Amino acid sequence: MAQMTMAKALNLAMREALAEDPTVLILGQDVGQDEGVFRITEGLLKEFGPERVIDFPVAESAIAGVSVGLCIAGYKPIAEMQFSGFGYHAFHQIENHASRFRNRTRGRFTCPMVVRMPYGGGIRAIEHHSESREAIWAHLPGLKVVIPSGPRNARALLRASIFDPDPVMFYEPKASYRAFKEEVPDEPETMEIGKAHVVRAGSDVTIISYGASMRPVLEAVDELVDEYQLDPEIIDLLSLVPLDTETITASVKKTGRCVVVHEAPRNCGPAAEIIARIVENALEFLEAPIQRVTGYDLVLPFFNLEKPYMPDPTKVITAVREVVNY
Amino acid sequence: MPRKKIELENHVESLSILDADGNADESLVPKLEPAEMRKLLRGMLLARRYDERMLKLQRQGRIGTYGPALGQEAASLGPAYVLSKNDWMIPSFREPAGMLYRGWPMDKLILWWGGNETGSSVPEGIRDTPICVPVASQCLYGAGVAWGCKLRGDGTVALCFVGDGGTSEGDFHEAMNVAGAFNLPLVCVIQNNQWAISLPRKKQTASSTLAQKALAYGFNGIQVDGNDIFAVLTAAGEAVDRARRGGGPTLIEAVTYRLGVHTTADDPKKYRTEDEVEAWKCRDPLARYYKYLKKHGILDDKARDMMEEEIAEEITAAVEKAERYEPDVLEPWRYCFATMPNFLEGQLEEFQAYLESVSGGEGRSNHKRSELSENVH
Ligand SMILES: Cc1ncc(C[n+]2csc(CCOP(=O)(O)OP(=O)(O)O)c2C)c(N)n1
Ligand SMILES: [Mg+2]
Repeated sequence: MAQMTMAKALNLAMREALAEDPTVLILGQDVGQDEGVFRITEGLLKEFGPERVIDFPVAESAIAGVSVGLCIAGYKPIAEMQFSGFGYHAFHQIENHASRFRNRTRGRFTCPMVVRMPYGGGIRAIEHHSESREAIWAHLPGLKVVIPSGPRNARALLRASIFDPDPVMFYEPKASYRAFKEEVPDEPETMEIGKAHVVRAGSDVTIISYGASMRPVLEAVDELVDEYQLDPEIIDLLSLVPLDTETITASVKKTGRCVVVHEAPRNCGPAAEIIARIVENALEFLEAPIQRVTGYDLVLPFFNLEKPYMPDPTKVITAVREVVNY
Repeated sequence: MPRKKIELENHVESLSILDADGNADESLVPKLEPAEMRKLLRGMLLARRYDERMLKLQRQGRIGTYGPALGQEAASLGPAYVLSKNDWMIPSFREPAGMLYRGWPMDKLILWWGGNETGSSVPEGIRDTPICVPVASQCLYGAGVAWGCKLRGDGTVALCFVGDGGTSEGDFHEAMNVAGAFNLPLVCVIQNNQWAISLPRKKQTASSTLAQKALAYGFNGIQVDGNDIFAVLTAAGEAVDRARRGGGPTLIEAVTYRLGVHTTADDPKKYRTEDEVEAWKCRDPLARYYKYLKKHGILDDKARDMMEEEIAEEITAAVEKAERYEPDVLEPWRYCFATMPNFLEGQLEEFQAYLESVSGGEGRSNHKRSELSENVH
């Protein structure tokens, strides 16, 4: 066991995969010589060489499209979009090809690729560097959408995504890259994609979140417990597609109350699907309307005004209290 | 039936007028009044000192991440200089010299890097789009603006900037193709500063020049010494004239160098040598131009010192103005749509209640909801 940040843990997962499987490749802007603008690919060019860790021209559509072709040719590319805000260029190749090749060719050609991208706010970045647009990908049939929240699950989920037989959009909460450390096992560890994690068992209310917004949720716990004598159950989804309907439903059946938290805008956001699943499966157990703490349906302001526009513990506590006092 | 070489209608040239030591080919030096020559120096010097001050402000935490354009002053000022006020300029993110020359208030640029949308809100009367972050995306709306110029038929043109890295994006290719196919009055200046973050120009494309890409789109390309203000002015001036006369687009590759960091979040030591940077410092656009002006008695040290003082004051005033700015926390609601839809009104109420809860009421702006619903632009 070693203590490490999410940045190191992601690096470890890629190093292990590159070492184990000669078909694993990394493609992205500044991932080699520069070791990634967030240093996530540190040391990998040195260790595995420029044929496996590839510094790519500034062309996201090409990174995605070439990755599809590499898959067809028998490789497992890990494609990096430098920021999720520039992943839109890759949309066309991912929607029209990566997500469909298995179906189009009835399984003859598949796309076991991962598209990694840092997402989310809170780092005083310039325009287009802070959005949370994971819902866009979750809408596309044929893609998995995985979002870790801490070092240990990041390492295990990235490994699972690299070796998953289908394309995985891997959203990395960049504000958490170096925010805290965790024990990570020495041996390669994997996790089943599509299983949520009950971070804290409780009986009064279910709080559901993932990725970057797990932090404001967890920061709200002490106050909910000490100040308001509440016993919240907290679920970290870890994956939006597949979504762990079972864990969510079981929890809401137990607590009867629910708050969903994410940084992404509200309209057609992940919370909308989560709540739909609850309504379909546990409507008669609900004792209060479900609340959403999300980004607003606005362009996320530049960093000087960003803070009040993001989920924070105050917003989580307000929503939880409304739900329990209903 | 035979196999033969295809002769292309278009050509690619290269142009350099003022060398690194300040010697010029006088037959090629553009005809400029001494006052204009001094104005050009001032434009470059202003951008240089602005960049230096911004780097300082960044270190002091007074702005966010900053991307300086040190060494690229001639490449961005020259093309802006040949435009008329009614022409359009479509910058990328490394054109402070051009933007300041075109009349962008410096405090707006400081505010942009300080994390405020107002830095993108260009004052009325300036036909420039704001700083554009998604690499090369500006080339496409640049082509659209040029199309508008053509449709209106008023002889205006559009100038867009892009980096060497940007030429790898599909958006760049599509914009150039459209510009050629519709014979648009678009001048595209590639600031080839040799690096796209850590990727050197040679690894960006197998093309031996970026200017030659013009041939594939059916128009002329020219590679100029981008640290030579005379060469940049000449090439841009000819391109703008041609576009104005209906002669279509031009691609200008300005060969320059990013003397500084990519942004303050970047460490160039990881990918390039000090020797390389030092070699390019000897080709500084400002130093060589100043040598030329001095040699020709157009400017002396005393006049330059005065210019420096004036510039320092101008920058200090802009910093002070920028730092007096107080953002309105409710402003984002006003600009998402022309009229705020109902579902957003509900979210706004929620947001205002939140502000009140965290500030004990002080955070509540005195805007009424109805005021916010009425968009001013
Ligand atoms: C579409 C897009 N992809 C990636 C980035 C991240 N990024 C910012 S600048 C840059 C390199 C651009 O190089 P170049 O076009 O040469 O411009 P320079 O930075 O040298 O001025 C990259 C990859 C971005 N801003 N937009
Ligand atoms: Mg460049």
